[in-house]
Amino acid sequence: MYVSPVREPLISGEKSYTKVTEDIYAPMAGKPGKLWFGGLTLALLALAFGLFSIFITVWDGIGTWGLDRTIGWGWGITNFVWWVGIGHAGTFISAILLLFRQKWRTSINRSAEAMTIFAVMCAGLFPLIHMGRLPLGFFIFPYPNTRDVWVNFNSPLLWDVFAISTYLTVSLLFWYMGLIPDIGTIRDRLVPGIKKKIYSFLSFGWTGSARHWARHESMSLILAGLAAPLVLSVHTIVSFDFATSVIPGWHTTIFPPYFVSGAVFSGFAMVLTLMIITRKAINLEDYITKAHLESMNKIIIATGSIVGIAYITELFIAWYSGVVYEQYAFVNRAFGPYWWAYWIMMTCNVITPQLFWIKKIRRSFAATFVISIFVNIGMWFERFVIIVTSLHRDFLPSSWSMYSPTWVEVGIYVGTFGLFFTLFFLFIKFFPVIAIAEVKSVLKTSSEKFIKKGK
Amino acid sequence: MQNRTFVSGYYLDDKDLVEGIKSLQANNIEISDVRTPFPVHGLDVKLNMRRSRLPRAGFIAGAFGAAIGFGFQAWVFTQAWPLNFGGKPYLSVPSFIPVTFELTVLFAAFALVFGFLISSGLGPGAPTIIFDEEVTNDRFQILLEATGGNNEQLENALVEAGAEGVKRHDI
Repeated sequence: MYVSPVREPLISGEKSYTKVTEDIYAPMAGKPGKLWFGGLTLALLALAFGLFSIFITVWDGIGTWGLDRTIGWGWGITNFVWWVGIGHAGTFISAILLLFRQKWRTSINRSAEAMTIFAVMCAGLFPLIHMGRLPLGFFIFPYPNTRDVWVNFNSPLLWDVFAISTYLTVSLLFWYMGLIPDIGTIRDRLVPGIKKKIYSFLSFGWTGSARHWARHESMSLILAGLAAPLVLSVHTIVSFDFATSVIPGWHTTIFPPYFVSGAVFSGFAMVLTLMIITRKAINLEDYITKAHLESMNKIIIATGSIVGIAYITELFIAWYSGVVYEQYAFVNRAFGPYWWAYWIMMTCNVITPQLFWIKKIRRSFAATFVISIFVNIGMWFERFVIIVTSLHRDFLPSSWSMYSPTWVEVGIYVGTFGLFFTLFFLFIKFFPVIAIAEVKSVLKTSSEKFIKKGK
Repeated sequence: MQNRTFVSGYYLDDKDLVEGIKSLQANNIEISDVRTPFPVHGLDVKLNMRRSRLPRAGFIAGAFGAAIGFGFQAWVFTQAWPLNFGGKPYLSVPSFIPVTFELTVLFAAFALVFGFLISSGLGPGAPTIIFDEEVTNDRFQILLEATGGNNEQLENALVEAGAEGVKRHDI
């Protein structure tokens, strides 16, 4: 097959099909190291602390949080939006990049999708906890009840229920269907025993039959076609939570595209942060290369710049609208009591990612690692700025207020990190981190070995 | 269960596999299955596979999801419990779109995934037969079913078709 010499190999080293299987199976085959046990323990401790904080919230009530009548949304919703945003990279990579036939997605889609699922699980917790009465969480679903009323289908908060649960379900289906051929590969590497039985069960009886592959490909393509608008719809609907309410700073039509690109931006940053560590920890340097890094960083520049333009557009429109409340909201953001949050957001989201215009930086693992953490922090502050600074000075100066989280709110946030990392550590131990079959299918066009042979 | 005999031959490259299939088909030998470690494009045409009906299943389920989603919301707000939201119309179509869209995607996705599993006979713990465990690693396998004890003839045909290794399986 002809491969343009401009194309950089995506898989380095002399890789045969067997070598690919062995390399990706290796971290699952060995006994996990101290690092893995240490990490898992830490994650479980954080999770336990989070569960305790949730218990306190439910037992003592929402009064244990730092919220008041002016600031009704604080860390809880900030963290919800932040986690949902992070959950946008995986399905973006596997769905939209599949439709665009981007071969570099094959090395990262599996782990990115796993992160998506875990992040959405963390996100979904917050609105539930925020209700304060967890056992009544089912009230959000439209079910026939003795009160004879239905949920409010005109409310974006309800659309969110549908969007997030559909997103989680579809992502999970998409991810697992992609996994079954690879679980089959793992099953066939194991010696007969209980472990083989478990993987055999989980592999759904995968045989690799050409008929199954043909259907699998047809299914994946249409699922990708459905998941692509789904990814965009989720953060659009999250942005409606704000944009449809009449609060200066929230009530803007720019929100949907601005939130979606922000979500992809933060999702890619989180995938980069974790994959840079994971590739080193489990020796996948040949599969996640500088070429992948560069492609991902290009998406970070694109989405980061859209976010930057959105910030500036908001300022311009606030001035241009002539609405004093809107103007005040933005002046207050930048120079009010929460000025520090605004400028952290601006620096981390608008300025640092621009460094990726320099080729050396966007191809450096160390620099990308640092900048990706900046983006994660910046995107958290973006949500904090939007939520807290828009609320804390409302229409009546007598009810102006300041907000700071209590340990309970911080504890729940720490707990979601615990949940995310617990699942992530289990995932890298028990499932193939890279889509084995998909990497094999691009080996002939994208690996160093075959590109050299072609020349 | 009736005893069946299969003959399998494997290749180590997808190009050789395609050549092997061509050679077998030239000899009018019916191929019962081809198993590969990753999707090899073009096999569906070579093996005269029927076009998958999954897209149609997905479309029908999606349309059904859209109808349920929209219909239910419309019923709730015009028939079951009409609520006045600031004088806006009861049948406020734009605000029904998000939920309608989500249900369309949800229904279609379920139909696609379950359609795929059911039509392929796959599922948790499905009792499929794996003839060669290296298929999920690096072997491209052709399976032929022997009828009336013609297995030796088939084995020879596979060797002739360039298979790296030929094996007989009695099940």
